[in-house]
Amino acid sequence: MESTSKRFLWIIIALAIAALVIVVLVMSNIEDRRTSLTIVSWGGAYTTSQQRAYHDPWMAMNPDVQIVNDDGSANALAGLRAQSQAGNVTWDLVDMLPSDAQLACDEGIIMPINHDAMLAPAPDGTPASRDFFAGSLGECFIPQIVYSTVLTTTSQWTGGNSPSTIKDLFDLENFPGRRALQDRPGTNLEWALYADGVHPDDVYDVLSTPRGVDRAFAKLDTIKDQIIFWTEGAQAPQLLADGEVVFATGYNGRMFEAIEVEGQSFEIIYDGQIVEWDGWVVPHGPNVDAVMDYLFFATDTQRLADQARYIPYGPARASSAPLVGNHADLGIDMNQHMPTAPSNYFAPINLDNDFWADYGDELRERFASWMLQ
Amino acid sequence: MQTIAGSEPEYMKNGQLVTADGRLLIDSLKTAERRRKFVAFAFAFPLLMFLMVSFIVPIVQMMWRSVDNPTLVNTIPNTLLELTNWDGQNLPNEAMFAALAAELAMAQQNRQVGSLAVRMNYEISAARGAFIQTARQVGGWEAPFKEQFLDAHRIWNDPEVYRIMIREGRLLTSSYFISATDRTFDADGNIVLQPENRRIYIRLFGRTFGMSLAILVFTLILGFPIAFWMAHLPMRYANLLMIMVLLPFWTSLLVRTTAWIVLLQQEGVINSSLVAVGLLDDAHRLPLMYNMTGTVIAMTHILLPFMVLPLYSVMKTIPPSYLRAARSLGANNWTAFRRVYFPQTLPGIGAGGVLVFIIAIGYYITPALVGGQSGRMISNMIAFHMQNSLNWGLAAALATILLVSVLILYWAYNKLVGADIKLG
Repeated sequence: MESTSKRFLWIIIALAIAALVIVVLVMSNIEDRRTSLTIVSWGGAYTTSQQRAYHDPWMAMNPDVQIVNDDGSANALAGLRAQSQAGNVTWDLVDMLPSDAQLACDEGIIMPINHDAMLAPAPDGTPASRDFFAGSLGECFIPQIVYSTVLTTTSQWTGGNSPSTIKDLFDLENFPGRRALQDRPGTNLEWALYADGVHPDDVYDVLSTPRGVDRAFAKLDTIKDQIIFWTEGAQAPQLLADGEVVFATGYNGRMFEAIEVEGQSFEIIYDGQIVEWDGWVVPHGPNVDAVMDYLFFATDTQRLADQARYIPYGPARASSAPLVGNHADLGIDMNQHMPTAPSNYFAPINLDNDFWADYGDELRERFASWMLQ
Repeated sequence: MQTIAGSEPEYMKNGQLVTADGRLLIDSLKTAERRRKFVAFAFAFPLLMFLMVSFIVPIVQMMWRSVDNPTLVNTIPNTLLELTNWDGQNLPNEAMFAALAAELAMAQQNRQVGSLAVRMNYEISAARGAFIQTARQVGGWEAPFKEQFLDAHRIWNDPEVYRIMIREGRLLTSSYFISATDRTFDADGNIVLQPENRRIYIRLFGRTFGMSLAILVFTLILGFPIAFWMAHLPMRYANLLMIMVLLPFWTSLLVRTTAWIVLLQQEGVINSSLVAVGLLDDAHRLPLMYNMTGTVIAMTHILLPFMVLPLYSVMKTIPPSYLRAARSLGANNWTAFRRVYFPQTLPGIGAGGVLVFIIAIGYYITPALVGGQSGRMISNMIAFHMQNSLNWGLAAALATILLVSVLILYWAYNKLVGADIKLG
């Protein structure tokens, strides 16, 4: 008995060692063959659009580099801070919002960018700093796209009476039913004021006074018992599709995907759309040279225009706009689905990141408390 | 045994037993015992190290974060020194502003101004903008600085900023714990309750404990009969039943939560069936989800195995002859169950109850998906501060309060019921 179990133990130990050796050999082999770049983005249709417009063509030109996608952008600042504090930066390039990018920049955990030296000029020679839209470039931030948060409604309204403005979100009499809003103050407070009659350009001025905040919450109170709060981005179109709600807030790209690709019968309401940039930042990672080479390619005029063939987010370069064409798979003209298309851009609210950086902590507390009451 | 000096047997020495190689038996036994202990420790050592590195150290680090406050001390030490001369009422003097200007310029160069600004903004709104904007300009300023500060941002006119700088200019802070208990400082530095419309956490802690208790009661009501049935069925059927209990247990948490969404929503299976059979009017479908009901239903189902398994293992050990004996002595079924059987299942109820309650209190993803606004728990708030607001100090304070209150509850349970916990 004993000798059998002993032999069995030895076999297991030998197998374990063999497995370890194989794993080490395979790993070192992979390491030798290719540099791997970890690019952090938002996942879903958005990462797919970057894969097809940027990653695939660049990897075809650089066969020795492998791009690995990481869907960590929703918690990008937390991740960057943690990696920087641990002294082990594993992210090479991160897609994030300009407000978080500015915070990371002020904390010194991402690299400052010299836009004209590091990025490609427009085809006509205009330097990058003048080709990207005014106000979109940050100290450490390279914009790719402009996206918007829009109100979306089901198209199953009867009697020719369908909602078309943010005011209708707060109109329970003509448009009864539950509404899905995101569980944070951003977007909700802006829309409450806009629906209450504040001009889009004055929203943040009003909101920075205590009386303005009270006014926004009072407006939200009028629909409170009809609100379902969503947390994850995918919940909003799902709630609409399930018939749980008649209105939902969401990102215009996700809603486009639900309507055009999945064939849901939703209507996007562009009134009061909240417009913001999104783009790249570079952490102090180990592969900075390869990242810079990638960035020069992936943010040039043609590449930004290419991305718009897969998802309706507006390119951040002026020179890209005329190159935007049809959707790569569906063949529909993408220009009319851009948040910046003239037919959609009639009453936009430009997200004020400085405002949210200053008042965010306090308003988030108050909003959380309001949700609980 | 009697021994005579000079004529001891070979197994004795000076009146004590010895081993064959001449060592004292008592020493030899001690050595063997020590070796046994060492081997036992060596076997447990990797696990101990693993627990130390992956569990205890992170918890201590997390708790440390809830009081750790190095930012102001490291970035503006001279300013803090100048502020010790301040009267606390009017604006500070030029010397303080000069020190602040020099240190902000330095912080701007070292890229430390971001963390300083974020830290101050936890205490007073708009501080972030004030610090960042001022730090950008301050490099180009000439003395005197005071007027330029007052022009640069309105916040520098508010004496509250300097009071906060003094209060938070220490290496340890209580401000995260004060925020975590819905309190704040008033103008005189006293700790007072937040205004009604900003209180969150106490209510949320209360709700978390209340919901966990409700879930515990429901799992007990549902789990007790199942465990009882399983313990008394013949093996063949009991095994089948056991698989039915374990199968959902092995299914991914997200899958089970999503399945409950399909069942519970207004257009979902339950509501639609009720409408189809005419029990419910189409216009008045039940709100089973995106509220507390949804969280309690889904979590009761998810945590049921944690109640059933300890109960089952305890019930399995109760000899059926006890019940028969009780009945033969004249007890009816109910009395026999109540006086003889039930008291013996208490260890199982205790173990299952503690397991379910403690797991429920830290639950996160299910409340986030089915809880809506009223079914959220404190862990959702902790996750929010970890991932979104990035106020890790506050998250750490909330988590520490949660951990300590669970430990206190566990201690109280031990005192009241005794530590007879059987798991599995």
